[in-house]
Amino acid sequence: MEKYELTCIGCPLGCQLMVEKEGLDIKVSGNTCLNGVKYAKEEVTAPKRILTQSVRVMEGEERMCSVKTAAPIPKEKLLEAAHIIKQISVEAPIEIGDIIIHDIADTKVDVIATRRVRKKA
Amino acid sequence: MYDTVIIGGGPAGLSAALGAKKKGSRNILIIERSEKLGGILNQCIHNGFGLHTFKEELTGPEYAFRYIEMVQKENIPFLLNTTVLSVSPHSVTYINQEEGVRVIETKSIVLAMGCRERPRGALNIPGDRGAGIFSAGTAQYLTNIQGKMPGKRVVILGSGDIGLIMARRMTLEGAKVLAVVELMPYSSGLKRNIVQCLDDFSIPLLLSHTVTKIIGKKRVEGIEVSKVDEKKKPIPGTEIFFDADTLLLSVGLLPENELSRKAGITISPVTGGPVVDNSFQTNREGIFACGNVLHVHDLVDYVSEEAEKAGESAALYAISHKEEKNKVPVNVFGLVRYTVPEIIEEDIKEDTTIRFRVSNVKKDGKIVLRINGDTVVSKKKRIMAPGEMETLVIPKRILDQYGTIESIEVGTED
Repeated sequence: MEKYELTCIGCPLGCQLMVEKEGLDIKVSGNTCLNGVKYAKEEVTAPKRILTQSVRVMEGEERMCSVKTAAPIPKEKLLEAAHIIKQISVEAPIEIGDIIIHDIADTKVDVIATRRVRKKA
Repeated sequence: MYDTVIIGGGPAGLSAALGAKKKGSRNILIIERSEKLGGILNQCIHNGFGLHTFKEELTGPEYAFRYIEMVQKENIPFLLNTTVLSVSPHSVTYINQEEGVRVIETKSIVLAMGCRERPRGALNIPGDRGAGIFSAGTAQYLTNIQGKMPGKRVVILGSGDIGLIMARRMTLEGAKVLAVVELMPYSSGLKRNIVQCLDDFSIPLLLSHTVTKIIGKKRVEGIEVSKVDEKKKPIPGTEIFFDADTLLLSVGLLPENELSRKAGITISPVTGGPVVDNSFQTNREGIFACGNVLHVHDLVDYVSEEAEKAGESAALYAISHKEEKNKVPVNVFGLVRYTVPEIIEEDIKEDTTIRFRVSNVKKDGKIVLRINGDTVVSKKKRIMAPGEMETLVIPKRILDQYGTIESIEVGTED
């Protein structure tokens, strides 16, 4: 049996989780909510993270628009995805939730805008 | 004559405005120094905001946007690019390009100016004064808002949350973060940030270490780091040299209280923020305070919650000048460094949340509330750390059982 001590990153409470893993059977304790169980199971099998970044904007009132992956992506894809986001630029206007990149780094997850950027007057 | 004027249009100011509106302030004004509402959230593009308030995980700009929308929906007026020069009970003086200097009258005021970063000058780090030394927040602004990279090979001094977040941001943008250096034997940041910002990218965290020399006349060329002893003095012979071109400082936040001090408001030497009662009123009548100007929070959700209450109190004061009530100071014991509020009315209207921080890491301890010497609440806590704000609720029904309140104490026990 493998044992892990994890800090849940689901929210800033940062619960201390104890995980016992035996094959496919994973027991989690120390969590405050069900997100803790989900996080722990994922963390000891296939860890995932939400990626947040900024992309360059053309014709906008702002130079940059903040973005995030619409769902967590595999941890090992973070740097690859970040590199792709760094290369691109988008044209204003942009609304929160607009899709900036489809299926980033073959993760089946979209990158979406997290702020509104109006067109430069 | 305004009912409530709010100084600052960040998360605290926006939420205070909504609270004031809810409790009946009709004539409200938010005054914001920068060109946008939303405050520091605009540059905090990472996620983790809003789990308590909205039951979902938002980024900083998204969280700010929701509050800005609510404020606009309530038609609460705001001034941008406007700096407040002074406040006193019932009057605010501000300056902007269109109106020049103007004095306005108001029944109540909410201070929501936030905090600022402790600068290099406050640290006395020896060495050269080359380019490449930034506060973590400045680096965050450059990276996220301006789209400019502060450097390529980075050492971060201080393991506060902004430093940890920036370690990840710089890494994702292609920089190499060589180390995060922390003077204390523990991190002052949230545990989750150590996991997802440092561990995920194998960035070393050097506890009980500090920067002892900055090398580089024109641009930073290297950073010397040394281990420190129990008295936090660098130990000779433990120097480590990092081939870095950038040093980020994440060494603490200071509530920004110049206006408060000038207004004669009593400032707590522990928090650096105004001393307030459970209605968030300062010692100057009709002046309330909330958010990071009051004490530095680690969760914006708590700022919003607290600020809404402060706004509500400001409205109630504006409408119906409260009668003076019997108030009791909150004393602290054990590891509790301070509480906010630190004064409680004997006759509270509702359950009252007390927020505080501890002075050291404590495992398997208890948070204890004593009234007139009786232990009335004792809450087990697996781990407490200086980096994480703790809360304790004083239940109204318990306080009501005591006719006269002689003492309220909040502390920790084994």
